[in-house]
Amino acid sequence: MSITAARKESTTAAASAGAGHVAPPLVGSRTASRGQVDITNVRKSFGATEVLKGVSLSVPPGGVAVIVGPSGSGKSTLLRTINHLEKVDGGYITIDGDLVGYEVRGNKLHELREKDILKQRTNIGMVFQNFNLFPHLTALENVIEAPIVAQGRSKAEARKRGLELLDRVGLKDRAQAYPRQLSGGQQQRVAIARALALNPKILLFDEPTSALDPELVNEVLDVIRELAKSGTTLIVVTHEMGFARDVADTVVFMDDGLVVESGTPQEIFTNPREERTRSFFSKVIEPAFNI
Amino acid sequence: MSALASPATADTAPPTPDYSEYKLVAARRPWRWVGTVLVAAGVAAIAWSLVTNPRWEWGVVAEWFTAQSVVNGLIETLKLTAISGVLGFVLGFILALMRLSASPLLVSVSWTFSWIFRSTPLLVQLLLWYNLGYLYEKVSVGIPFTDVRFFEAQTTTLISQFAAAVLGLTLNQAAYSAEIIRGGILSVDQGQLEAASALGIPAWKRSTRIVLPQAMRAILPNAFNEIIGLVKGTSIVYVLAYSELFYTVQVIYNRTQQVLPLLLVATLWYVVITSVLSVFQYYIERHFSKGALRNLPLTPLQKARKFFATHVAASPTKDAR
Repeated sequence: MSITAARKESTTAAASAGAGHVAPPLVGSRTASRGQVDITNVRKSFGATEVLKGVSLSVPPGGVAVIVGPSGSGKSTLLRTINHLEKVDGGYITIDGDLVGYEVRGNKLHELREKDILKQRTNIGMVFQNFNLFPHLTALENVIEAPIVAQGRSKAEARKRGLELLDRVGLKDRAQAYPRQLSGGQQQRVAIARALALNPKILLFDEPTSALDPELVNEVLDVIRELAKSGTTLIVVTHEMGFARDVADTVVFMDDGLVVESGTPQEIFTNPREERTRSFFSKVIEPAFNI
Repeated sequence: MSALASPATADTAPPTPDYSEYKLVAARRPWRWVGTVLVAAGVAAIAWSLVTNPRWEWGVVAEWFTAQSVVNGLIETLKLTAISGVLGFVLGFILALMRLSASPLLVSVSWTFSWIFRSTPLLVQLLLWYNLGYLYEKVSVGIPFTDVRFFEAQTTTLISQFAAAVLGLTLNQAAYSAEIIRGGILSVDQGQLEAASALGIPAWKRSTRIVLPQAMRAILPNAFNEIIGLVKGTSIVYVLAYSELFYTVQVIYNRTQQVLPLLLVATLWYVVITSVLSVFQYYIERHFSKGALRNLPLTPLQKARKFFATHVAASPTKDAR
């Protein structure tokens, strides 16, 4: 594939990911009762540094929570505890009432075996800042790897679903391309399709646009916007304040390992209760941008 | 730019002549031609001496090159290389995984293995295995620390020349390949493992389907170095009087006194094996570079085909350079 073809393709895809596009649904029809996330008093230290100092947060099924805050505030670490990529040192997390990474035996929480943790993770899709696509596999192979290997789907079934998902993120004709042949925005959209392939209840986005050139940010945000309407619970760590304001049900402001405050975008952006929140937003949001 | 132009041109600004009909001529590089001629003369001189100097005894080389005893030796060399190469890399893979595991015991056992086998000369290792009977008269399989024995045999009957050669070469090879494989695995970005476990892919599949295919790019050049080294390294088992290629050739020249031509016979066979392995290396590396390069370069065969298609079909008047 020539570079010019890829470039042309990416602009049309960005347009097609908009609201008017008719395509197969991103996620199958589901009841809104899936994907309740409850984080209770979670603590985590790296060495002597306490990164999370007792964070509690609830996201209702189908909710869209956007976590913002200065770097080093523990946003990404919190996100990574939700699928047990990071073990908590204290507190617990439940998804639809089920403990993540642990089970109750007596009055203790015992860590689950690897096998069971992996099974839980198939309910939780994750999209990384650096995409982390498998470079030796094509776009389609990236999407169908986990359904085949982790869920035991047939190859034909996984391919059919994989192509649907790639179509949905506007990359059907790039299915056979390798990640290095794709632009950053295209790679991230493949990564989103890959996370969706397991039909997760919850999707976690760890700064999904931070590694992208500015003109590629929107094609990724458009896809996430579309997902927000689909009834999947989304938890997004981002620096895109405009996106947070548009899409979030709940904006969570974190600083120094704690949730400073959370609320609707309206409450947090225009009328924050805490001085810390106010001073953060005064730095990151241009005045002209304010409501 | 106009600020830099001299006042004269800025004032008058004569019309730029039209160069579109002019032919482009590449810069001359006389020293490149001098170098080419010198090197070509040197290569020709070497080739000439190889052909005309009767002491190379090419007739003798030709005579022995495909002699039955030499071919038998060659087969033994290939057998030793294949067996110790495969076993060495399998064991090396296990050692590499041990070294990367979270268990301190596995890590130290793996480390100690590499330490010992990389610190002792292969020659010593081979002699030690061959003379194991001196250290341990009998080898037995049973329950440790009890008198229960399921199997017992004299060490000298168990450890033949072949067994000693394979043991020595395999264990030595494993120590080196463990480090090569470990280096390859370490070269794969941590994010790959993270993404795979976030997708619920089991640990074994993460290694074999995600990490190893990527690690292969770093492993293969070094691995082929090792295998090619091993081909010639097998010649060291002549100390066990094992009749592989090199030992066979030695036996022949001790009888016929045609030392150099027979060494040439062995050398030429080693060159042939290495050449074949190099071709394999090229295509295997190419296979594993899928996705690592935006576009795969043409293979020499494809290049040749393209060259003939464009240059032989078209008139060869134009200089290719």
